[in-house]
Amino acid sequence: MLSAEFQAIYVMWLREMKRFSRSKSRIVAIIIQPLFLLFILGSGLSGATLPGMTGNYMDFIAPGIVAMAILFSSMFTGVSVLWDKQFGFLQEVLVAPISRLSIIIGRTVGGATISLVQGFIILIIAILLGVTVSSIAGLILTIIFMVLLAFTAVGFGLIIATKMRDFQGFQIIMNLIILPLFFLSSAIFPIATNKNIPEFIINASYANPLFYMVDGLRGSLTGINWKFDPLINLVIVFFICAFMMGLGTYFFSKSEA
Amino acid sequence: MKLMTLDIIKTENLTKQFNDFTAVDNVSFTVKQGEIFGFLGPNGAGKTTTIKMLTTLLNPTDGFAEVAGFNIIKQRDEVRKKIGIVFQEPALDNELTGRENLDFHARMYGLDKKNRKTRVNEVLKLVDLEDKKDVFVKNYSGGMKRRLEIARGLMHHPTVLFLDEPTLGLDAQTRRAIWEYIKKMNKEEGTTIFLTTHYMDEADYLCERIGIIDQGKILVIDTTTNLKNSVGNDVITLSCDDMEILLIRIQKEPWIKNIKMYDSFLTLGVEKGEEKIPIIVEIAQSLGLKIKSISVRKPTLDDVFLSFTGKNIRIEEPEQMLKKIARRRFRGV
Repeated sequence: MLSAEFQAIYVMWLREMKRFSRSKSRIVAIIIQPLFLLFILGSGLSGATLPGMTGNYMDFIAPGIVAMAILFSSMFTGVSVLWDKQFGFLQEVLVAPISRLSIIIGRTVGGATISLVQGFIILIIAILLGVTVSSIAGLILTIIFMVLLAFTAVGFGLIIATKMRDFQGFQIIMNLIILPLFFLSSAIFPIATNKNIPEFIINASYANPLFYMVDGLRGSLTGINWKFDPLINLVIVFFICAFMMGLGTYFFSKSEA
Repeated sequence: MKLMTLDIIKTENLTKQFNDFTAVDNVSFTVKQGEIFGFLGPNGAGKTTTIKMLTTLLNPTDGFAEVAGFNIIKQRDEVRKKIGIVFQEPALDNELTGRENLDFHARMYGLDKKNRKTRVNEVLKLVDLEDKKDVFVKNYSGGMKRRLEIARGLMHHPTVLFLDEPTLGLDAQTRRAIWEYIKKMNKEEGTTIFLTTHYMDEADYLCERIGIIDQGKILVIDTTTNLKNSVGNDVITLSCDDMEILLIRIQKEPWIKNIKMYDSFLTLGVEKGEEKIPIIVEIAQSLGLKIKSISVRKPTLDDVFLSFTGKNIRIEEPEQMLKKIARRRFRGV
């Protein structure tokens, strides 16, 4: 009984891997885009000093770009459930004698694996470019943050996918929710540590789950420019992740094909 | 030892409502082990909704159903293990090959490694797709996709296989081929088959028994032979000036099995139709009526459908409907 569920999780994961490795354009696009940002913003603004930022800009932006790559890729996998819905494949999955939980676990682990691969590629390139690494412990903590971020974003994507009927709504959600959240996460410019930014924007960033992930990622990787202690962030991020995954699972199990 | 024919599917007053709309209305029927049973009805009659309930994808609003001895609401997982489905819309992963699609299915149904390999080859052979197994499904034709789906539905040795409009949108030759595969698997694997269709010839060719469904209600369930006989051994279709006068006069004749008047023609169910034509012509002449046309033929399920619903089956394919909508949009209406 249990082995059947594990086999189902495995094959869901395997399917994600196969689909990803065959989609060359997706691999290229999703790795190239963050690299452009890293190179262009990172080197273009390398000499700049931003209010509230210590050290050079490359150190500041690298964790932000890693977060961005994972966020967008995971969101995409979560939302790709919609694809399966439109192409009818979801019915084939839902009618199998497998619990909805296993289906979600397989899908989530698959999506998280892909986005982590991308995250690691960018992280390695960033380190090769000379981004400061605080310590080995910090690097391990960074990886934990990356994993949590990946699962949270897949969960969020799942929620959107179950609540939407087609892809038109997805664009709106990307523009109206994800982009503001991303800009408010201090991924590309400091917010909470900048004295010149209006109070309400800083408060808004505290209400942004992504902020704690970026802040934690940055604090643990480079050891500078953080607002909260990475371990405090870790606790917060853990709960956000559990909440998103729980909610995503709930919505998905309620959905009918 | 008592030999029993098992009821593989049993429903009692199965009902599904979507808000105010009743898609399936108090449907009760049984399907016996090993038979091919068909639901015949126009688009929107409630066929797919019935299948979705029986396959646990939708919960019924009211009523009760058992599939392979398990309750579709309380024992979902057991039901799911026992059934195979071919959906109306293709439900394949286009980015995977045919073999990978089957392998995915096999793993989802918990087949072990040895079984997976042999079974994949078996079902591929059954639908003649062995040489296409490593081709991506996106490069398959419509007929090949259907065959692959039928093969997939059989992978885990289901007790009953549901086929929702198995030949919708396929060309005549491919339809024939699909029919042969369906017959073959019913015979070779002993699989009970429940299919829905709005093609009369399909129901006629494949099914032993059919249920005619329209607007969510079952109008009649019987064997195809009985249904056709109920219309009469032969069907005479005629049109003339004043059909009502002829109708009143002719229905007194003892040899008329049934008679129905439609907008522009009358149909009469009779025996030995050829011999009745002169008699009818004579009667018409004695009434001073002029017969415009008259023909005799063997009854088809079309006649059955017509006699139970009072209308021809609406054969409007979804694509045509879409085209119609598109055209309307184009005109800016």
